[in-house]
Amino acid sequence: MIEQAWLIPAIPLVSFFVIAFFGKRTPGRGAALGILAVGAAWVLSLIVALEQIGGGEAVERSWPWLEIGSFRFEIGTYVDGLAGMMLIVVTTVSLLVHIYSLGYMRGDARFTWFYAVLSLFTGAMLNLVLANNLWQLLIGWELVGVCSYLLIGHWWEEKENSSAAMKAFITTKTGDVPFQFGIFALVIGTGTANIQQVTHAVEGGELSSTLVLAAALLLFGGAIGKSAQFPLHVWLPDAMAGPTPVSALIHAATMVVAGIYLVGRMFLVFESAAPEALTVVAVIAAITMLIAALLAAVQDDIKRVLAYSTISQLAYMMAALGIGEAGYTAGFFHLFTHAFFKALLFLAAGSIIHAVHTNNMSEMGGLRRHMPWTYWTFLIGAVALAGIPPLAGFWSKDEIITAAYAEGQTGLWIIALITAALTAFYMTRAVLLTFFGRPRYAEEVHPHESPPTMVGPLAILAGLSVVVGFVNAPFVGWFSDWVYVGEPHHPEFSFFNAGLSLAIAAGAIALGLALYGRYREREPLRRLGPLYAFAERKYYLDDIYLGGIVGPVKGPIARGVDWTNQHILDGMVNAAGWVARKLGVATEAVDRHVVDGVVNRVGVGTGWTGGLLRYIQSGNVQRYAIVLFAGVAILAVIFARI
Amino acid sequence: MTWQEWAFVVLGVVGLGAAVRLVTSKNVVHAALYLVVSLLMVGAIYLLLGAEFLGWVQILIYVGAIVVLLLFGLMLTRAPIGREALDNQQRGLSAIVALGILVGLIFLLQDAFGDREITLRPTRIAEAGEHLFTDFVLPFEVVSFLLLAALIGAVALARKEDAE
Amino acid sequence: MIRLPIVLFFSAGLFAVGVYGVLARRNAVLVLMSIELMLNAVNVNLVAFSQLLQDAAMTGQIFALFVVTVAAAEVGIGLAIVILIFRNRETINVDEINLLRW
Repeated sequence: MIEQAWLIPAIPLVSFFVIAFFGKRTPGRGAALGILAVGAAWVLSLIVALEQIGGGEAVERSWPWLEIGSFRFEIGTYVDGLAGMMLIVVTTVSLLVHIYSLGYMRGDARFTWFYAVLSLFTGAMLNLVLANNLWQLLIGWELVGVCSYLLIGHWWEEKENSSAAMKAFITTKTGDVPFQFGIFALVIGTGTANIQQVTHAVEGGELSSTLVLAAALLLFGGAIGKSAQFPLHVWLPDAMAGPTPVSALIHAATMVVAGIYLVGRMFLVFESAAPEALTVVAVIAAITMLIAALLAAVQDDIKRVLAYSTISQLAYMMAALGIGEAGYTAGFFHLFTHAFFKALLFLAAGSIIHAVHTNNMSEMGGLRRHMPWTYWTFLIGAVALAGIPPLAGFWSKDEIITAAYAEGQTGLWIIALITAALTAFYMTRAVLLTFFGRPRYAEEVHPHESPPTMVGPLAILAGLSVVVGFVNAPFVGWFSDWVYVGEPHHPEFSFFNAGLSLAIAAGAIALGLALYGRYREREPLRRLGPLYAFAERKYYLDDIYLGGIVGPVKGPIARGVDWTNQHILDGMVNAAGWVARKLGVATEAVDRHVVDGVVNRVGVGTGWTGGLLRYIQSGNVQRYAIVLFAGVAILAVIFARI
Repeated sequence: MTWQEWAFVVLGVVGLGAAVRLVTSKNVVHAALYLVVSLLMVGAIYLLLGAEFLGWVQILIYVGAIVVLLLFGLMLTRAPIGREALDNQQRGLSAIVALGILVGLIFLLQDAFGDREITLRPTRIAEAGEHLFTDFVLPFEVVSFLLLAALIGAVALARKEDAE
Repeated sequence: MIRLPIVLFFSAGLFAVGVYGVLARRNAVLVLMSIELMLNAVNVNLVAFSQLLQDAAMTGQIFALFVVTVAAAEVGIGLAIVILIFRNRETINVDEINLLRW
């Protein structure tokens, strides 16, 4: 089946077209087709992943698509442990989101289109994951960006939704420009776009070290944008304007991890570059995880809490990769586990929002009595995220912390521990505000449990969040044999680190309980005064971007460009036209007076000459005869004399 | 100056004089008669030069037929009989041109043939007939056709349109 | 023996008179008569040279014969035309037959 791995992205892509054109006439208005397609992809992914685990070696297949001179564009699949793991993550979460959306998006005006774009996204993401060359990866990368834009702006009638979609698209685009230049540098430097060939060429030292460093940093630019790292993280919280299934699928489990995947895929480039490359990765990751966790603690919107949490956890994964080879497996393990429990948290949040019709936690409260399934699944997800054993998050987060400690990255280690504490804190806060205390929602709202199509996926994901950690628990180590770079790296279980992180998490939870156990009108954190305000304004980053970049471009620059176009460019065109017209008039005058004049005068002259010559015709034959004879006589004399 | 030359001179003077009178007379019938004289003299010259057949043919055809034809023509076209100005306005110019031709010709001929002499010997009719029907039979036949055509043409041209 | 120039001068004179007659006479028939004069002058020339050269086939005389024949035909046709003109225009004054003037 590995040989036919190309089917996995192909099926959802085909279903996109079918749903888009014919969806309304199929059962469930396109939903059945979408679920079927993604279900098939899921089954195939399981088969491929299982084969790959058993086989161990990576399998590459490729078909030539286009060859112009030395430019060669191929299309193909590359299945190794990393790809297999990603396949499972993407298809599983996508399938569950498809099922969940049956309930959540019921009655939506663009239901069919929603499923069509979900299929397109799934296909594009699978293509990205399986791509064996950089161009194909880029195509997948851009396509998922487009799908994200379309889905965030699904309810584009509200201005803020369409604005959020544009912000997401443009911000990730800002990261895509260096990404593409990174690709160009690598392709030109090595002469090929095939990922394996490129990475091995770089590892073999065929490129100059400056080029490799530049390429690595440029590629990382794309990862910063797509995976919402500082400073391009600003789009993810606003992307919560989209429907919650979208947030769960794209902005928690799959698209945003594309950046992590990219760094992992091109890891040899990062390793072969000067140490500065990985240092940059680690530094940015560290900054991001901290600031995002701080922001998560001050949000009122439950989805924004989860959004900032996602940014923070993505930074965890990125930091793990930044550590180097030792952190590679840990980072991807965290990606694996995080996908499940973050998707779970988002879907559960969606269930809450569906019930109380508001995103704001200040308008919730005491929901655990009305929505037991949602409560328990959300709680499981929160505990997993906070890193409490034996749930998944503990194992994966712990591996990262341990790796940081083991590699001597002390700064990173400390920041990771602080972030772990903050994570536990804000999740406690979220749970308490939402499910405990007196109800604060309006009279008309009667929250009830969500339908089975929504609760089912929640339960499944909760189950996964419990068990999936064990695939790489230190005494099992399956994951390490599956996803690695260089040699499989089995994590050492460090009781020191495990105990330390557990203690810190417990302390944070206790603090949360103390602050939020009983609901107070005024947010307790406001006691931090100006710090709180600073955090509330998202460190004024959005204002800086809007005022400093977007404003000038929209205003003066756009106006300047318009003026140039109107006056200079159009002016030149108009001047050329004016000159042509004048030339035309002049030519016409010349033609009329000079050319036609000559012709006319020749005619007139001929007529005038004829008018004169006609007088020779006297009609008198004898006159003609005289001339004749005189002429003959003269000619005779002349010829006789000569 | 042999006696043939004298004879020729006499004939020539008469002929030329008649010709001059032909073109200057004011009476058309007189002009026709002067033509007769002139043609007779030319016929005599032919005889003198030894072209017997041609001389008699000249008299027969020209004087006998053609002049009669011309007289008929004069009659049918009611040429004015009597003294009237028969010359047109370019008399002077015509005289000059004719004179010019004469002078030119005389000079040319004198220049080219001033020293030649004709030995006179008669040519018999039989000889002429012989050559006519052997060496020149083709032109002879063609000229017959020409005459036929002229005959038919003249009749076709000049007949009166009938009332029917 | 006749000196050739004498014959030729006679023929030239006859020709010149004929030219004058063609150019200066008003009556169409008189013009035809003058043309006959010219033709006769030419004939005299032909015969003189034929006798001078004594060629075996008597070419000059035979040719002169043909000239006479053609002259006769020409006069016939010419007169027919003159008669037609007379019928149409009641005059054979050459000066008045000038429809082809400008």
